[in-house]
Amino acid sequence: MFSFELLANAIVIGILLGGFYAALSIGLSISFGLLDIVNIAHPAFIILGAFVCFIFNSVYGFDPILVGIIFAPAFFLLGTLIYRVYYESFEKTGATALRGLAFFFGVMFILEVILIIYFGVDFQMVQAKYIDYKITLGLVDIPFRMFVPFVIAMIMTLGLQYFSSKTFFGRAMQAVAQDSLALRLMAIDPAKIKRIAFGISLSTCCVAGALFVIVMPIEPSIGRLYIGQVFAIVVLGGLGSQSGTLIAAMLLGMVESIITTFFGPSWAPAVAFSALILVLAIKPTGILGRVGDTRG
Amino acid sequence: MNSNRFYLIMLALVILSYLATALIDNQYPFFAGFAILQLMVMALAWNILGGYGGYVNFGSAAFFGLGAYAAIVSYQLFAAPLIIQVLVGGCFCALLGLATGYLTLRLRGVYFAIATLALLVVSETLIHNWDYVGGAAGAYLLPSRTLDFFGVLIVGKEGGLFSNNKEFLFFLMCILVLLTIIICRTIEKSKYGRGLAALRDNEEAAESMGVPTLKLKLIATVISASLMGINGGFFPYYMTFIEPTSAFSLDISVNALAMPLIGGTASWVGPVLGAVVLGTLQQVATVTISSEINLLIVGLFLVGFVIFAPDGFLGLIKKLRKRGN
Amino acid sequence: MNIFRLSNLRSLMAVFAVASFAFVATNVAAKDPIKIGFSMALTGGLAGGGKQALVAMEMWADDINAKGGILDRPVKLVYYDDQTKAATVPGIYAKLLDVDKVDFVVSGYGTNLIAPAMPLVKQRDIVFMGLFGMDNNKKWKHDKYFQILPSGPDPAVDFSSAWFETIMQLNPKPKSIAFVAADAEFARNLKGGAEVNAKRLGMKVTYNKNYKPGTPDFTPIMRAINATKPDVIYVAAYPPGAAGMTRAVSEVGTKAVAFGGGMVGLQFSGIMKGLGPKLNGILNYDFYVPEPNMSLYPGVVDLLKRYQKIAPARKVDPKGWYLAPWSYAYLQILGDAVNAVGKIDHAAIAKYIHANEFTTVVGKVRFGKNGEWKKGRTLTVQWQNIKKQNDLEQFAQPGIRKIMAPAAFATGKVQPFNSLR
Repeated sequence: MFSFELLANAIVIGILLGGFYAALSIGLSISFGLLDIVNIAHPAFIILGAFVCFIFNSVYGFDPILVGIIFAPAFFLLGTLIYRVYYESFEKTGATALRGLAFFFGVMFILEVILIIYFGVDFQMVQAKYIDYKITLGLVDIPFRMFVPFVIAMIMTLGLQYFSSKTFFGRAMQAVAQDSLALRLMAIDPAKIKRIAFGISLSTCCVAGALFVIVMPIEPSIGRLYIGQVFAIVVLGGLGSQSGTLIAAMLLGMVESIITTFFGPSWAPAVAFSALILVLAIKPTGILGRVGDTRG
Repeated sequence: MNSNRFYLIMLALVILSYLATALIDNQYPFFAGFAILQLMVMALAWNILGGYGGYVNFGSAAFFGLGAYAAIVSYQLFAAPLIIQVLVGGCFCALLGLATGYLTLRLRGVYFAIATLALLVVSETLIHNWDYVGGAAGAYLLPSRTLDFFGVLIVGKEGGLFSNNKEFLFFLMCILVLLTIIICRTIEKSKYGRGLAALRDNEEAAESMGVPTLKLKLIATVISASLMGINGGFFPYYMTFIEPTSAFSLDISVNALAMPLIGGTASWVGPVLGAVVLGTLQQVATVTISSEINLLIVGLFLVGFVIFAPDGFLGLIKKLRKRGN
Repeated sequence: MNIFRLSNLRSLMAVFAVASFAFVATNVAAKDPIKIGFSMALTGGLAGGGKQALVAMEMWADDINAKGGILDRPVKLVYYDDQTKAATVPGIYAKLLDVDKVDFVVSGYGTNLIAPAMPLVKQRDIVFMGLFGMDNNKKWKHDKYFQILPSGPDPAVDFSSAWFETIMQLNPKPKSIAFVAADAEFARNLKGGAEVNAKRLGMKVTYNKNYKPGTPDFTPIMRAINATKPDVIYVAAYPPGAAGMTRAVSEVGTKAVAFGGGMVGLQFSGIMKGLGPKLNGILNYDFYVPEPNMSLYPGVVDLLKRYQKIAPARKVDPKGWYLAPWSYAYLQILGDAVNAVGKIDHAAIAKYIHANEFTTVVGKVRFGKNGEWKKGRTLTVQWQNIKKQNDLEQFAQPGIRKIMAPAAFATGKVQPFNSLR
């Protein structure tokens, strides 16, 4: 049963969903894409942000996105702290990928436990006026519940893209991924750059958490459902490219939405990941990754 | 340790594990023991590709889960007995390992890790959607109380070699662990093992020296995958009930890499140590502290080891030995 | 001190006498407790329900101990967190039986956490009370298993039959149905049973798909369903999906006359409060609602009042409507049966439970084949009159979840979905 209304709405929701996924993954495209830090606790940090927004929303009635933005600096500091611990412990290279993985698995479990202890295990939701609002443009409905996260995600992503390419720190971040020796020779401490970058990565988690709890109810372990998704998006987009991540997220959102509408939702994850495997088989560095990138 | 002594110890362990099943009445140690040994096999198998070869497998649970489901399919299709179930699991995963090896041919390190994660998600989704094995609702396998093999009563309350299925499974799992250790040790001491090490240290250099890296990677993946598949093949028989979430659980993947990390990846001793320490800790925590603190302990352990003992126990032992000299 | 001096000897003997008396007295008073062991989801996806259940179970233990315990011995609950992971369950029950040496075991919460314990209880041939598991005994046919979920003799099918009876009361009678279910155990089982009911009634299936847990947005699914123009929509979902589908139908709208059926999660306080008026019109299953007829369950109002007093401190669901009465009841039946039989004899206890009707906080319970309820009593309720956003207390008033079925408890008549919004 094909109809233009269905297709149009599927595309619109796909774009909005893509924006949401981009918000979830953009931080990881910095920590994993640029810095090679396998932060598997990334979704767990998002849920931490989500719970922070929930508690201020439910007790004081603050808008969740506002809370997310206000607490982003706190998450930045948390990020720099965690990076310091990570950096001090891994002086040698070698099995860094493995150790990083195990470290962040540990961090993920610790985060979940903290959430369970403070917030309990029940599902929680937030309240905001725009969650129920929607605009209708012709055949297409635009629900604000998805639209607002989309807008915030775009701002965040494009902001980070600008930051990476136009500002000094941003370009230093790119440089540290490509050639940290050269950076040192220019009297820039790569560790400091990486610390700031990881801090930025975590602050996006705070905002992404606000968006997450607007979209769906949360409980401490729900982040685990998204681990595969965010890593897939970052790899699909190409390690080191923020715009690549954005494109990959959009692609995934569209694919999911269209498959769900016309074929059935249960195949959506398999399709998304099969797409990933295909892209990696054809162009191993991802959509916008640098050709010849031999990091691994 | 020279080979003769090693094999003697293996034999002694086999006899010891049988004696344990005969002498210990209480069933609980066999449940806990089975769970720990199962993780030990995963850790050893993971280490073949991850520790020796340097390729981090992010989605070990895929091979485990598919091995388990291959076993249940063989049970549902033609009432296969346990041995066949396990072999089906192993063979299926060997083929899958081969395919995965080819697909990830050109990928290095971190990309391989993501590809294995993708494999995990795809396999879990496929199984969720496959009604023949029950999908999300799961499938059952009811083992009979007695089991005989060409006239010899293997499992039976009176007169059987083992008085119940769990002790029998425990013994079989001991055998599997010992076999896996033998395989790992053989690899370590062989030319093949040295090739893998060269691959791990610098793949480009190894290739330029004529090391057949593709062949090595494929062999490692196949061996690792089939061991995980065999391991998974035991799962339905042990649980009597299988469903996708527990068969493809993130825990299995985490433990498979955490245990070699904690124990050390240099040799088979590492995963064994890691499995004993982490596995026993988890089992004990489950039935004592038993709450979210359980999860906290695993988390702290992982973080702690990674910070303070990145080469695991083996690394610590090496350091202590150096200091002693 | 010279103990052979008579005065000292006498004092010593006095002390000795007092001491032995005290020793004997305390040992006689501190009787060997009766241990009831189980695993329970205290962390992981089902923990919201598991923790709720545990609070009620502890209340039962306190209540029965106040009345003298079981067989004049105090009851002690021994439990471990199964973390909502099926793989932990066999080991936990082995420890409970072989190391902790509990006298009785009961199940944890949820079909997938009950299933792995079945082989052990069957092997030991002991009584096993089940908490909210769908048809766990179908393959095992264990004669000592009893399930408190009020589905009925053919659990998956009977669970939704009341819902289908209810929609058939709408005028005109619905002829076509759309199914959507979460890829998770309970939802899939419910959908399976509902499909059988739909077929029996000759309904045409216009849409039948599953979605993965973690799907963030359900509007594409809602639109796809609407495009097939079903008369009614049966949704079998877990909490995130139930919330998501509710929001989706609010945004997209539908022409269907009934929506709901197997939505798990609408019964949890956090979700109820968060969705508010969006729930109006949904026709769903439930087990206990604060409608006046439900006080026919003796003691349940009182139980919930006590539960709601301690819930906030324990960080569990504040209302306890979903699981508290049932987790209290499944222990209540066990305790009453053991006391009636008079000794720890699993065969005799099982026989007694099969043969008798129990009066519990969830009303009269009678077990039939395979330990399932002889006659199902799952409620079909229709949400309505919800006016406030973000207010939990409005749900405690009658008239919000009017009962459509079973007839004995009905407090309202079913209305088309859109008429209540």
